[in-house]
Formats: sequence, C-alpha cells, structure tokens
Amino acid sequence: MRHKHLLGIADLDPDEIVQILDTAEAMKEVGQRTIKKVPTLRGRTVINLFFEPSTRTRTSFEIAEKRLSADTLNVAIASSSVVKGETLVDTAMNLEAMAPSMIVLRHSSSGACHLLSRICQAAIVNAGDGMHEHPTQALLDAFTIRERKGRLTGLKVAIVGDLLHSRVLRSNVLLLTKLGADVWVCAPATLIPAGLRQMGVRVTTRVDEAVEGADVIMMLRIQLERMQGGYFPSLREYFTTFGMTEERVRRARPDAIIMHPGPINRGVEIASEVADGSASVILDQVANGVAVRMAVLYLLAGGTEHEAVA
Amino acid sequence: MTQQRLLKGGRVVDPANGRDGVFDVLIDGDRIAEVGSNLPADGAEIIDVPAGLIVCPGLIDMHVHLREPGQEHKETVATGVAAAVAGGFTAVACMPNTRPVNDNAGVTQLILQKAREAGLARVYPIGAVSRGQQGEELADIAELRAAGCVAVTDDGLPVATAILARRALEYTSMFNMPLIEHCEDQTLKGDGVAHEGPVAASLGLRGIPGVAEAITAGRDILLAEMTGGHVHIAHMSAWTTIEAVRQGKSRGVNVTCEVCPHHFTLTDDLLAAPVAYDTNTKMNPPLREARDRDAMIAGIVDGTVDVIATDHAPHHYDEKNVEFDRAPFGIVGLETAVSITLDTLVRTGLITVSRMVELMSVNPARILRVAGGRLSPGDPADITILAPHLQVTIDKTKSISKSKNTPYHGWSFRGGVAATMVGGKTVYTNPATGMRL
Repeated sequence: MRHKHLLGIADLDPDEIVQILDTAEAMKEVGQRTIKKVPTLRGRTVINLFFEPSTRTRTSFEIAEKRLSADTLNVAIASSSVVKGETLVDTAMNLEAMAPSMIVLRHSSSGACHLLSRICQAAIVNAGDGMHEHPTQALLDAFTIRERKGRLTGLKVAIVGDLLHSRVLRSNVLLLTKLGADVWVCAPATLIPAGLRQMGVRVTTRVDEAVEGADVIMMLRIQLERMQGGYFPSLREYFTTFGMTEERVRRARPDAIIMHPGPINRGVEIASEVADGSASVILDQVANGVAVRMAVLYLLAGGTEHEAVA
Repeated sequence: MTQQRLLKGGRVVDPANGRDGVFDVLIDGDRIAEVGSNLPADGAEIIDVPAGLIVCPGLIDMHVHLREPGQEHKETVATGVAAAVAGGFTAVACMPNTRPVNDNAGVTQLILQKAREAGLARVYPIGAVSRGQQGEELADIAELRAAGCVAVTDDGLPVATAILARRALEYTSMFNMPLIEHCEDQTLKGDGVAHEGPVAASLGLRGIPGVAEAITAGRDILLAEMTGGHVHIAHMSAWTTIEAVRQGKSRGVNVTCEVCPHHFTLTDDLLAAPVAYDTNTKMNPPLREARDRDAMIAGIVDGTVDVIATDHAPHHYDEKNVEFDRAPFGIVGLETAVSITLDTLVRTGLITVSRMVELMSVNPARILRVAGGRLSPGDPADITILAPHLQVTIDKTKSISKSKNTPYHGWSFRGGVAATMVGGKTVYTNPATGMRL
C-alpha cells in the first residue's frame, strides 16, 4: 500500500482498494484452516485503542491481529474519564513511547485518527471516527458484495437509514462510487446531510424508489437518540415509512442481498424476517470482517499481496 | 512647553477630512496640532516618513477578546494591547465574556486599570447585555456606561430572546450606545462545529447553517427598526446576513455591521486541506463557502459593510491541540488584519486605502462614539503608519499575542505596519520598514 495509515477510504485509489480485497481472499483461506494462524506480524505490537464501546469491531480486529501472530492488547477508555484527565494527544504520546507498530483507533470525534497520525510513528488504523469514516467496515462490505456478486461495477446498491450521522455511510459511498457501483441513498429528509449529492450518489426519500431493481440493500442503524433529537416522530412511524420489510425487498432483484453493519434494531430499520431471511448476508459480513482486517494490517505492515499467507 | 513632533513627507490618508496626499502632520504633546503642506519645523522633532508609507488615523479594532480577568493563560490586557499596536491598532474594544463576565462596573474598572498600566493601545470595554450573559435580565447598563463601557453585547452568544433584544435596544438608546449582536440562532446551531455544507458532510462534522446567523440578524434589524435603537451586527459570515443588513440599511434602519479578515479570505475548504481537521480553522461563526466569502467582499466594496474587525480570540495551545469537535472556537487576528486587508483588498484594487481607513478607523470610532478616526487639530495623536509594499510572512512563533492560534501561519502578504503612535507616543516601530520614530 502507498499509505502509512488507513485514515479513510477517501485516501485510497481504486487499485489499492482492489489490492486489499484480493489480499483478504487469501486471508479468508487462513481462517478456514484448522490452525488459523500465520507468522506474518510476529514481533509486532498492535494496540486497539477504543474510546467508544464496541464488541464487533474490537473483537474482529483482535482476532485478525492474533491470526497474524501480532502481540495485541486492548485499551478501552470511557470518553468520560478522558474529559476529566488526559488528553487524546497525551494518551497517544504515552502509547507511542512504548513503540507499537500500529494503533487501531475508535473515537467519537471525527478526525481523531488524523490527529494521531500527525503525532505517532505507529501506523494508525481508523476503526471508526465520529461521523466521519469507518473504512474497514466499507472494505468488508465491498468484500462481501464482491464475494456474492463477483463484481461491484454497475451494481445498484441502495443504502437506507441514518445518512446524517453515519460513518459507515460515508465510507461506503466513497468506496462504492470509486469502484463504479450505482449508489442510491435513502432517509427521511431530516437525516440527509447537506452536500451528499456532490458525493456522486442518487438521493431519495422514497424507499421504494431506492430499492427498485437493487442488487444490494444495505441498512443503517437507527439510534433511539435520533428520535429524541426530533429527526422523526416515532420508531413506529420510521418502521412503517422506511423499515425494510419483505414486501419492500420484493421490489429489488430476486437475487438481491441484504446487508447491515450491526448492531441491528429488529422492527425499527429492518424486519426480523428480512434480517434472518435467506437473502441476508449480515453474518457473512461479520465473518469477512476478520479477513479484511487481516489484509489491512498486513498491507500496512509492508506486506505484498503475493506473499500473504506463506 | 510640550514636545512637538513633525511627521514629514508621508502620504496622509484621512478620509474624514477628505485628505489623500503628501502632507506634514504636526503633533503637539498628545494631540494633533496641524496637518498641512510643508509645515515649518519651528523646533519640533522632525520625523521623516520614508517614501511609500501611509500616515492614517489610528486603526481601531472594535471586536477583540482580551481574556482578562479570568483566562490570563490565553491573553492579558497587557499582552493583548502589545499585539494590537504591533498590528497597527491604536485602540481596541474588548468583549465582556471574561470570567467573571464584564456585567458590572467593578470588572470594567479592572480592565481599564490594567489598560492604564499597560499603556500602548487604548482599551474600550464592552459590557454584557444581560447579567452574567445568561440572557435573562438586563445587566446594569447605565452603570457600565458610567464606568466606561462603549457598547453592550452578549458576544459568544446572541441576546437570548427577542423580548430581551427589544428591551436592550430601547434601553441602550438612552445612552447613545450600540447593541453589538453575535447573530446565531442557538437551536439551528445545535452542537455544530463547522459550516453546514459539503465539506462538513465529507469530514463528518456537525454543521452550523448560514441562516442560523441571518435569522437572528433579521430579528435584530426588525427590532432596531421598531425601537429606533442601534444594532451592530458582529462578524458576519453568511451571504444571507449581508443581504438582511443591505435591506435594513435601504429602509433606513440604524444598523451597522462588521466582517473579519478570515471571512473575506478563507473558505471551509481549509478544514479539509492542507491539514485535515486543523483546529486553527475552527471559529464561530465558521468559515463558509465561496459564495459567502465573495458576498463579504462585495459588501465591503459596495459600502454595505461598515467595519473590518478581527474577532481576535486567543486560545492556549493545549486547548487547541485536541479533537476538532472538542477545540474552542476562535483564532487570533490582531497581528494579521492589516497585512491581509492591504494585500487581498487594497493591492488587488478592490478598495482604496481611503476605504480601508474608513473600515478600520473612521467607522469604528463613529459606531462606538469614541475619539479618533480622523487627524484634525485637537484630536488625540493616534496614528498608524502603513507600509503597503512591505513583504510580510506570518510566523506564529514570533507573535506578540500570548496565543498562537492562527490559520495564516506561513502565509505571505504584501503590506504591513511601519509604526503605531498613541497619544503622540511611539508604541511600535517595525525595523523592516526603515521607519524611525
């Protein structure tokens, strides 16, 4: 990879994205072995620095690191204690003093990874920064789509949910448009950020239009706080107007897949019948997350695609 | 006999007296004695003004935060006025959002005392509109006026409600002083940290729409029209605000307004590059889009804008060395405003030097009803000498302000300050200009 850090999809060229996805295929094979471990990152220290609660992403990174034989440790810091004490910069400089190879950072502030990348020698991997980006999520989503559909170019991808506050949305829009997908996004008008159209997507508030003929339906989580913030009147109305039901899914292509970055709110953005149905690849996304993160860590550590799993 | 000094041979730009040409300025003690051609020295100390320099009435920055009392780690009155005179300002008006808030005569007197001790620039305190800037009840405005406040504002916040703004406009009209408004609808601002638009969307930053400013400006212009009070709209940033002021002025409303250098030079693109999430690009109101910046320039050119002010907002390095959304709003401005204005507005031919002096001296004096803004016999000898051809590279490590939070570090401009004189005393000279006082 040409980059020292993975701060966001915005920095990646299409060929770098494809290189990560191709490498992830080899890494996925490692995960299917009885001994799920390669010595690739032996002797390297990776710190998972999480300022927000996370089960899926943190576990996924940790498993990826362990399968690559990295020395890995988790530092979970409640944001509230940081407010009282040490700044992010001081925390980072202290960790940096112990010479880790990489820091995987999850933080509630957009741009936190950029800040760290300016003060650390360690490679910074963005595991979600505020409302900005969640690049490994977009990469694992692309991997999952490519695995099922064989390609990304020309596919109609409908992304439905909270577009305003979602870092998953930003990373996915950047990645999917770079690889030539036809991206539609749909949300209540109150949850559509200004300037989204300039990112090369079709914006609609009519979910049926977004889903019509789609190859991929990607749902985004609706947080209860958004209703309290006045973005929409009730969870019930959200579900009846924007929720992904079996009836709505029937407007998509018969072989359409259903995706969700999790955690899902059953009966809010997605009906259980859809989440658990045969078209759902939600758990494949989770499984692929490990392979994609192995690929990212490996490539950032200076590896090449071909020697990945020797 | 008081000491006389004769500034010889400079280009004097004094729009209030309709002057723009080579004249001598005779200073007697702390006052202007005479301005004219080839004045006799008569024993006065002769100060030769090198060719190309411009002698004008002292510049007045009507929007600065001196941070004292309470936040002396960011700035003090002493360091603030030192930065002011280095930036060519002979006077500054300081905002009341200190700790404690300048909502009573005691705080006003403290600021004035610190200013006397520091010397250098004149300091005009601005009092709070509401007690504690809480937006509930009027502060003791008559007392503030008597203690030396020249205006009132809840800057940092708008006057909280329409009814309080109405009362404030009615009440201040008794004292012939303006209500200065930080226009920003708080519900539309929410927890926004950047201009709402494509840049904030791509950076994942919460937005503050331009109309949040224009809505409050519209409210206050209508209230000024109704009450006859004088409202001054601070630090305009949105094209819709300029439009509201333009309409108000065309109806004869007693409204004046100011723009800061960063809002007529920068856009929110600077948040993304060259340094993504640079907290020195975070200020309130935020950097907006090209349309907004261009509207600021158009308003300066067409006369809608009355004043260029800096909104000098010093913050400590530690406070800015954090995540973007946790950093405080604001940048320093006292030491960069003249260079930015000379280069981007005057050198480019958008405005004349005379118009610049109106924006930075004549009009602030008129709006605040303070001395200065002209070089007439008997006026205080507050004089700024500009060096329009001086090449200046902004270097925050050399700034005189206690804080270094500027987005202009490393930028080069053509134009600077040669010398600053307050009450006949030289308070700043720039050795790079050949000026000796």
